[in-house]
Amino acid sequence: MYRYTPTDQRVVDERVEQFRDQVRRRLSGELSEDEFRPLRLMNGLYLQRHAYMLRVAIPYGLMSSDQLRRLAHIARTYDKGYGHFTTRQNIQYNWPELEAVPEILSDLAEVEMHAIQTSGNCIRNITCDHLAGVADDEVVDPRPYCELMRQWSTFHPEFSYLPRKFKLAFTGASTDRAAIRFHDIGLQAVLNDAGEVGFKVFVGGGLGRTPVIAEVLRDFVPAEDLLGYTESILRVYNLEGDRENKYKARIKILVRRLGIEAFAEKVEADFAATYGDHLRLTPERIDEMAAFFRPRPLAAVDPAAEAALAQATAASPAFAHWRRQNTVSHKYAGYHGVIISLKAPGIAPGDITAAQMDGVAALADEVSGAEIRALHSQNLLLADVPSDRLFETWEVLRTLRLATANVGTLTDAICCPGLDFCSLANATSIPLVHELNERFNDLDRLYALGHVTLKISGCINACGHHHVGHIGILGIDRRGEEYYQIMLGGSESDDAALGEFIGRAFPRADIVPAIERLLTVYVKVRTSPEERFIDTYRRVGVAPFKEGTYVDG
Amino acid sequence: MSTADAAQARLIIVDRQIVADPWQTLPDDAPAPDSGDIIVSWDRWLADAATLRARSGRVGACCPSTVNPALSDALAGLSLIALSFPKFADGRPYTYARLLRQQRGFTGELRATGEVLRDQLLYLWRCGFNAFELSPGRDLTDALKAFDEFTVDYQPGTPARAGR
Ligand code: SF4
Repeated sequence: MYRYTPTDQRVVDERVEQFRDQVRRRLSGELSEDEFRPLRLMNGLYLQRHAYMLRVAIPYGLMSSDQLRRLAHIARTYDKGYGHFTTRQNIQYNWPELEAVPEILSDLAEVEMHAIQTSGNCIRNITCDHLAGVADDEVVDPRPYCELMRQWSTFHPEFSYLPRKFKLAFTGASTDRAAIRFHDIGLQAVLNDAGEVGFKVFVGGGLGRTPVIAEVLRDFVPAEDLLGYTESILRVYNLEGDRENKYKARIKILVRRLGIEAFAEKVEADFAATYGDHLRLTPERIDEMAAFFRPRPLAAVDPAAEAALAQATAASPAFAHWRRQNTVSHKYAGYHGVIISLKAPGIAPGDITAAQMDGVAALADEVSGAEIRALHSQNLLLADVPSDRLFETWEVLRTLRLATANVGTLTDAICCPGLDFCSLANATSIPLVHELNERFNDLDRLYALGHVTLKISGCINACGHHHVGHIGILGIDRRGEEYYQIMLGGSESDDAALGEFIGRAFPRADIVPAIERLLTVYVKVRTSPEERFIDTYRRVGVAPFKEGTYVDG
Repeated sequence: MSTADAAQARLIIVDRQIVADPWQTLPDDAPAPDSGDIIVSWDRWLADAATLRARSGRVGACCPSTVNPALSDALAGLSLIALSFPKFADGRPYTYARLLRQQRGFTGELRATGEVLRDQLLYLWRCGFNAFELSPGRDLTDALKAFDEFTVDYQPGTPARAGR
């Protein structure tokens, strides 16, 4: 993985001192809360329902075991002993004191981490396919470009006061696991006919109040032009994005207002006028960066280990379930990607204790090259576990209570903080997941439902991405009561689609039973257990679901 | 400028120094004096450029954040362009500044005015601003420290780096 140069280190160290001084000026009253707000936001510090929340960047989701141990230390020292992994591969702490934040940032800087631009109207932490470098469907490893983009976007003087937040996501694989069509800019690394690396550029996607699927801005931007072309997109947006109404301020609204062709013309015109060598990524620069991300040499795995693994799988149904649900195939034979589920029953999706973080870090040291990845699905990943360590990995995760074999199932839900933490919420979201877990605690019942994505948001801001869940739940407020609407048919992958509401909202007491009725319909109408929920929905449409879910007609 | 005027002139930051502002900002209804350096509104400049150019003093114009001066064909004769921040969060003038410096080759004074706060100074400087009217009541000496808060950056080719 990337290691800081002295320049990188200086940037984060100077940032700590700058923020320390900003906090001092805030506490002394020199800065008003209004003036402090954008400063703290650019450092990932929000004011929530009960306390400050600090969001720490995990650039493109990749961290070392030492970094994870430091995150555990922060959870223990400055918070209530846990952290929360988000859908954008960041980690959040829900209870830090303002006075302690400079210390936290200083602790982070010591391990090459920071909270820079994890919130605010600027270019946010860059996300990436969590299987980058190991996926068997990968064309180009996008991580060197992620890091080049991270550096270019860090404290960009021109683009730090954008009309609204700005999110970029990368993939280099044929299957989109990074939801690139739902980002302000989505970048898919591809090869052209000559075998040269470039990027298919998507623009104007996003969720929130106005969900939009991104459009293709250009089919191929040569790798050397990546930063220059991105800078031109940002410049057009900075100049023309809406600054009057924050609900119309995202780039998706601008692209929609101008139309993709007119928007593209403006970008091309700026690119033609401003692009130059200063932003060109030379092959040397790209190679230099790629060297940080070369796969570590993986030893060949003894064939006997494969046989032993097969035996262990046959002998232990619990291990077999876990292996089927929570591991993914790897580019190299004899290796496995292990997804660590942060969706155990009774736990808020994405939450992890300091002790668990330490445990995962130690395990990564042992079995997976001392690296851990954070996933868009709010889980963690050990990317290269050899076959001869897989069983033991499962056992360790089990003792850590991190082996819930539910990845890809209904209870592997994405869920926003909702009423428990968020001051904008209409309704609770985390307790719904707990209740669903209780109802589907029988694993066979859960597995019988196959692959289904459930996404829950506590209000229309859609932080739980309800529009793109196969099943989406949206909390609304009806005369002070919590109600929930159900959406069906969303997807955030290559088959990107926005879900549709099935009908009127359900009261708090009936939303989980309603989901259960809905799933009963699915099991009844699917052609076979292999037909996924989303495919059944696409085949039969909303009608049977509607009929079966609204019991009283 | 007489000593009495200098005593009253507001203090601003120019090229990282605290100086008494030698420029006079002229309301739209005030007649332009024959000499002395004046800053007029953008609209007045567009309407009256010929007359204003004929004076013996220098002229500057103050551009609202809704207008991109880098697209203007009336830059000739302007020794100063002030870019106005109605709110510090309005980020458009950062781009205007870069375009003025790097596309239009503007070498005069580029001044930030309006809601200008210490914590923006470094980015403004890096985008090509060299003069700053801070919001009233701000400690200018303290604000000067902002220019050195970061000694390195990741963006090659911004005006402060590229030289003008
Ligand atoms: S979706 Fe609404 S309730 Fe949930 S975190 Fe976002 S703003 Fe808060």
